[in-house]
Amino acid sequence: MKQEQTTSEIDTTTVFGSKELGMRGFAALIKTLDSTNKTNVKVQALTDYFLAASNKDKVWTIAILSHRRPPRPVNTTLLREWASELANIPLWLFEESYHIVGDLAETIALIVPSSKTSTEKTLTQFLEEMIALKKKSDDDKKTYLFENWKVLDYYERFVFTKLITGGFRIGVSQKLMTRALAKATEIDEDILAYKLMGNWDPNTITFQELIIEENESDYLSKPYPFYLAYAIEGEPEDLGDVSLWSAEHKWDGIRSQVILRNDELFVWSRGEELVTDKYPEFNQFKTTIPNGTVIDGEILPYIDGQIGTFNDLQTRIGRKTVSKALLKKVPVVLKAYDILEWEGNDIRNKPFTERRAILEKLYQKTDNLNIPFHLSETMHFSSWEEVAKERERSREMFSEGLMLKRKDSPYLVGRKKGDWWKWKVDPLTIDAVLTYAMRGHGRRSNLFTDYTFALWNENDEGEKELVTFAKAYSGLTDAEFRKVDAWIKRNTLERFGPVRSVTPHHVFEIAFEGIALSKRHKSGVATRFPRILRWRKDKSIHEANSLDDLKSMIP
Amino acid sequence: MKKPLLEFTDKGIYCGAAKVYLDPWKPVDKAIISHGHADHSRWGHEQYITHHRNVPIISHRLGEINVSGREWGESFTVNNVKFSLHPAGHIIGSSQIRVEHKGEVWVFTGDYKTENDGISTPYEPIKCDTFITECTFGLPAFKWTPQQEVFENINQWWTDNQAEGKTSILFGYSLGKAQRLLKYLDTDIGKIYTHGAIENMTQVLRPLVDFPETTLITKETKKEELLGNIVLAPPSAHGSTWIRKMVPYVTASASGWMTFRGARRRRAIDKGFVLSDHCDWQGLLSSIEATGAEKIICTHGYTEIFSRYLREQGYDARTEETQYGDEEDSTTPEETAPLETQTP
Ligand SMILES: [Zn+2]
Ligand SMILES: [Zn+2]
Repeated sequence: MKQEQTTSEIDTTTVFGSKELGMRGFAALIKTLDSTNKTNVKVQALTDYFLAASNKDKVWTIAILSHRRPPRPVNTTLLREWASELANIPLWLFEESYHIVGDLAETIALIVPSSKTSTEKTLTQFLEEMIALKKKSDDDKKTYLFENWKVLDYYERFVFTKLITGGFRIGVSQKLMTRALAKATEIDEDILAYKLMGNWDPNTITFQELIIEENESDYLSKPYPFYLAYAIEGEPEDLGDVSLWSAEHKWDGIRSQVILRNDELFVWSRGEELVTDKYPEFNQFKTTIPNGTVIDGEILPYIDGQIGTFNDLQTRIGRKTVSKALLKKVPVVLKAYDILEWEGNDIRNKPFTERRAILEKLYQKTDNLNIPFHLSETMHFSSWEEVAKERERSREMFSEGLMLKRKDSPYLVGRKKGDWWKWKVDPLTIDAVLTYAMRGHGRRSNLFTDYTFALWNENDEGEKELVTFAKAYSGLTDAEFRKVDAWIKRNTLERFGPVRSVTPHHVFEIAFEGIALSKRHKSGVATRFPRILRWRKDKSIHEANSLDDLKSMIP
Repeated sequence: MKKPLLEFTDKGIYCGAAKVYLDPWKPVDKAIISHGHADHSRWGHEQYITHHRNVPIISHRLGEINVSGREWGESFTVNNVKFSLHPAGHIIGSSQIRVEHKGEVWVFTGDYKTENDGISTPYEPIKCDTFITECTFGLPAFKWTPQQEVFENINQWWTDNQAEGKTSILFGYSLGKAQRLLKYLDTDIGKIYTHGAIENMTQVLRPLVDFPETTLITKETKKEELLGNIVLAPPSAHGSTWIRKMVPYVTASASGWMTFRGARRRRAIDKGFVLSDHCDWQGLLSSIEATGAEKIICTHGYTEIFSRYLREQGYDARTEETQYGDEEDSTTPEETAPLETQTP
């Protein structure tokens, strides 16, 4: 532990040596975060940055790391065109490189001519320029990009382009950033998590307002940090006396908080996104659920009196605004798990059973109103065997398994062990034949690691043929991938651009979470999260499963 | 139609006029070998011809073989076809193979790089009509920095780790990369320890190149004596119990693949140094131009992309399937061995 701290001290004294960290310091931070797998090194680097950066840059850093970036000032089509122009390569070659590198900003930073110079500007200056850039002409945008690409060094160029394209995913969760911010400011981590939620604009808010000040009116839309459960380790019996536990099904939708305050409705999804406008059916809550109420639940598709599949819900998630037709086709409900605020009071510290009693009373009051407010039923068992039996029913209940919650548990913040556990059903598995392969991304771009798998099916002539059913690109070790890659290269039948068909020969066990009928898939079946469980070297292709075997798994 | 001077067969690159194979991947009678990496010099040929600096390498790797060594530029004829070997700059003893018959000249690069690494004889462009080139890093995303800068960074990294009382573990392929790293490690910082595979290969090469002193890690080596020093290990040792015993340590990899941010992270390595024994994008393009060749055949790497680009630049370029791969990946015999196939 002690040694890790020295690491980052050394890193940061060289990196954060200058007075104003600016963009250079931010790029150095991203580089450090990017080049370690160790959580404590990341937290220390962030803490050091927060201690040294200017208040304005800090606000922007918090915004960026919590995915609140300004709207994209340049569309990616233009970015690609201009980057290939500056690199003096044809656009197709840019696209091929992008396909292999796998990240647009990284591709651009790599292919444009390299520069050894660096910038003196602050992070805030760059973001203000980007906000202003959105309204400018294409010519001005191009000039701006070229000027910056030419003078920034590799990491600054990458970060600069990343700010334009958006989506900073660098292995730093909001929780990790909050922990570092707590270390730097000596403000309690949970309080910070609360402050950072909701709608705030990094362009107008100050560090003082966002982090330091207490400001009641800001809290109107703010959700509570979600309490997340860990997957159960070992046997459920290890949890002790079954009578201390409450069980309920784990629904497969969008974990959400519905907030009613001051006659206003706010719907937050677990990614801490405000999604109120996507679910207009919840507007009915404004007149039926009292102010000062916050409910934790799952948004689920509910079609003809039955819970739909995640595939159904997908059609709703993608849209910013929802058409009347879609609203009719895939209506949603809130399946309530818990209540966090009641009559304007934060009741997260009350025991689970007390909170549930309040929630159930509220539910009963609205039961005859026909509003999209459902209750996730809690169940109490007298033995763990009974719990296990209920878990077996999960698929027919359209759930992913069970949630086990201690009856006396408070509603905690974030992912904490002890009081809540998820006990998912084991994944479904099927043995399938490798039929197509494509090169992977990044490091794996020289290897064929993206595979397509097929199952046997009888065609109209009564002949058995292989029908594609899923793609998967994870689950094998590096050594296994290399072996399969070498085999693919020697057993290619045909090439279709980047894709190769291979001799049907190898059988793999594929695991997946959910399964549903689908018109969009050739096999007529869609699987959720397919991945390779293991290489069945012991099986010949004739021992692989059939499409009928797969269909029989549909609940 | 006249047969081409070199053909791509299921055994390797074949010169029908001379009945000789270049870097064949299946056992043949007579093989001319570009260099000592496992994917280019395989076991089982009746006769091997290669540069004399490669003789100790392949003898070490393949054991008892019938091999004869040649000098740079020395011509030798087989059935009236004239062959000669020219420096490829890839690793010690790596050659391009020049083939001349009836006024037509073909050059096969094996693997090559344009930067002078100070231990391999530097690459020389050879005029030819047809140029058979590798293109492992044939994408514009690959741009190498001069090795001096990379080695300064590596030595700085070692110094920093030492200041924290940690052992530095640096991964590099046991033939080529490991010796290139070894040559430029600053022995004023500390001692250089080696993994057995690297130590053995380095011993083979010591008569050819002046290398710093190395200490082989054995069962008797105490982990305390490693602290602050550096360990050179092949990439296959990553994650092994052999490595885990060395805590506290910091790992790094030196490879062209470290260009990609994701590469280091996916392999769970602490630090990546971009250092390659192959050409980068510009290196490939300038080499091709310098040969004056009109016909280009791309053998391994990003062949489809690279040959398409060459065609757009006016070359008659195409791709041929070979069984050469990235030797930095295939570090153990187990990983280079073909899969047992049991087709029904
Ligand atoms: Zn090689
Ligand atoms: Zn090669």
